[in-house]
Amino acid sequence: MYRQKYLFLLPGLLVLVAIILFPLLFTIRVSFSSWDVYNPGLNWIGGENYGRLWEDARYWQALGRLTLLSVTTVLIQYVLGFALALMVWRDLAARRLFRVLFLIPMMTTPVVMSVLWRTIFHESLGPLNPILESLGIGAAPWLSSAGWAFAAVVMVEVWQWTPFMFLLLLAGLLSLPNEPYLAAKIDGAGPVRTFFSVTFPMLGAISVGAILIRLIEASKIMETVYVLTSGGPGTSTETSSYYIYIRGMRDFQIGYSAALSLTYLIIMIVALTVIAKLLVRALVKDAA
Amino acid sequence: MTKTTLRGAFAATTALSLIASTAMAEDYTKYGIKADVPGTCSFEAIDAKDYTGRTLNIITHAIPVIGEPTALHAQQFQELTGATVNVVHVPFGDLFQRIMIPFQTQQAAYDVLFHASLWLGDFSPFFAEVPAAYQETSGMKSVTDTYRGVSLVDGKLLQYPMDGDRHYLKYRSDVFANPDMQAKFKEATGRDLTVPATWEEYNEVAAVFNDFDFDGDGAPNFGTAEVTKRDDLMFSAFISRVAAYAKHPDVKGGFFFDLETMTPLINTPGWVRGLELFVAAQASMPPGGTSFGLGDEIFSFGGGQTLMSYSWDDAFIQAMQADSPIRNKVAAAPLPGAKEVWNRTTGAWDTFETPNQVSYVTWGWSSAVAAASPNQDMAFDYLCFFSNEANTMADLQIGRFGVNPYRAEHFDPAFYQNDLGWDAAVATTYADTLKAVDSAPNQVFDLRVPGVGEFMSSLAAGVARAQSGEATAQEALDGVAAEWTAIVDRIGKDKVKAAYANVVALEDK
Repeated sequence: MYRQKYLFLLPGLLVLVAIILFPLLFTIRVSFSSWDVYNPGLNWIGGENYGRLWEDARYWQALGRLTLLSVTTVLIQYVLGFALALMVWRDLAARRLFRVLFLIPMMTTPVVMSVLWRTIFHESLGPLNPILESLGIGAAPWLSSAGWAFAAVVMVEVWQWTPFMFLLLLAGLLSLPNEPYLAAKIDGAGPVRTFFSVTFPMLGAISVGAILIRLIEASKIMETVYVLTSGGPGTSTETSSYYIYIRGMRDFQIGYSAALSLTYLIIMIVALTVIAKLLVRALVKDAA
Repeated sequence: MTKTTLRGAFAATTALSLIASTAMAEDYTKYGIKADVPGTCSFEAIDAKDYTGRTLNIITHAIPVIGEPTALHAQQFQELTGATVNVVHVPFGDLFQRIMIPFQTQQAAYDVLFHASLWLGDFSPFFAEVPAAYQETSGMKSVTDTYRGVSLVDGKLLQYPMDGDRHYLKYRSDVFANPDMQAKFKEATGRDLTVPATWEEYNEVAAVFNDFDFDGDGAPNFGTAEVTKRDDLMFSAFISRVAAYAKHPDVKGGFFFDLETMTPLINTPGWVRGLELFVAAQASMPPGGTSFGLGDEIFSFGGGQTLMSYSWDDAFIQAMQADSPIRNKVAAAPLPGAKEVWNRTTGAWDTFETPNQVSYVTWGWSSAVAAASPNQDMAFDYLCFFSNEANTMADLQIGRFGVNPYRAEHFDPAFYQNDLGWDAAVATTYADTLKAVDSAPNQVFDLRVPGVGEFMSSLAAGVARAQSGEATAQEALDGVAAEWTAIVDRIGKDKVKAAYANVVALEDK
């Protein structure tokens, strides 16, 4: 009689296959074809696309740039998000207002915010450089110099996604038991010692989750780069997702971009698995 | 004939006369036109058609550029004919794939398609030829040879012309005419201030007037605004800068490729010289000018920030808006030329006393009917109506519509003077410049071959590397040439060559 339970699972499994497995399998099949603007269809060219991407220096450079961008932005987001969460965790006037204010950037549409930031960074017409000049700091070539453009992308990402870290870490803080803090107080631990010996270790698991979720999202960064810099100057802010977009949607090399996407997916799965294990070992106290 | 029959005939004749007189008296100016122009696709002619119960599907660009007139004329067409017209607006970045995917998967998703004319090499197998009846209309007859030419593939008219685009030089005529500015320039360079005839002169003028308040409004002005952002049509700006050095008037057989061998020419010395000057001009751009997209260029020159610019009509039209601070203080001229031109036949630079000027006929929106459309009659009627004389003259007056001159009557300065209120001098330089581009003996056209997006994407990436200092001009273009060779091999040399022959035929005519 328990066999009937599979019948009840069947609709869900079919939906799963339809929306997850089929596109994935189709992408794998497309990656072995030369489908492009002048040669539509699923012909078979073996591993030609994979051989080609191995020699595609621009793709690997974009992947290296993405790694740097993801690690930098997520680290800054974690530190800032943790600080903000600690700030509104307990004794702060109007903390409800601050909690809502901190969440606003995350609730805005990335493309819209990128357009606004592009206007802010605009070196001729934007407000940022005049403000910096009036403060005596001096104007910066935000979008026309490689280093500054990279910094601009980091700033927008940090501004947009720090609230996500804040939200998760605040939820973690609010769920912490009170007893360890009472014990620490009895032992005479100050705020810094309490943070490093009690708060931080107890938030280890949630920190790993938050960092991993943000790393996954950060590794797909596309809208910000597309709107803010278009990958430039030169190729200084071109990330993997943007490069795959150019090859797939702009150049219409569907087969090749499928191979790029799958390779990227595999690299991400391996890298994030390794990172997850390392983070768990470093941050989660009871990790076996 | 009985009395009853006579009475019936009289009644029928009277009724027909009444209907006819009512139709003749129809006032179509309520649609925003000055007056209906009689013809095959006039308001009156389209009004006489009945497409009730039929549906026309159109894909077009986002509002306002082209998207707004598409929707406006769709609404009018619907009211006049009774058809149901669905218009899908798509952002530019998605337009190519949104058209191409239904084509490749053999779905008749759209009857009418608005697109960039340079995509013709990719789309041409899926377009229906414009029927002879529409080619004989007065509106079509007045399309200039240049803009008819960009719609032809192997002699077949596959695109329905509804826009004309080209690059030309725009400059602040008030500054060039100012004696103080003339003296400043003479002091700095030792020569008289003239409208740049070569790109070296352009860079020189831009440098002298860079970071200097030449219009006395208290804010610094700059020398040149150019489209420099990698994936924002920068390739067109670059080709404008290169053409004079690389398109020798006496050497036929290809500008982008050697048509015989299909070897890329983009890393030859003429192209490299153009790129070097493009990179050098960055010093005379406004802050952020090295990452200007088309919108930035329009507002920089059109808003009075820069002395000179070159690209499409938009910045000029922006400068001539009623509320513009520089209205009637601008002028147009053909693109600067070059006194040294690379001759790829002899492998040497040739010197010209009069600069070699090359007109770049670039981009331009176009339209077409899908070959798989079951509504081709209605679709061609719509396009014919869209671009009828009355609609076009009305659309030309609205800058944001993106419809620019492409018919003989559009090059009459009186139109801009009388209908748009421009000063005579401005109207004359504008219309004369556009006419000169149209009839120039040395022209360059877009690379309308299969895979044009990939070729231009590769070119823009290479130019961007040189602009950012990642590579020298020669290194960057050598890299592009290698990529172009690989693209040609992948697509098939014969396919690209066959399509490119159509482009070369226009250039070598």
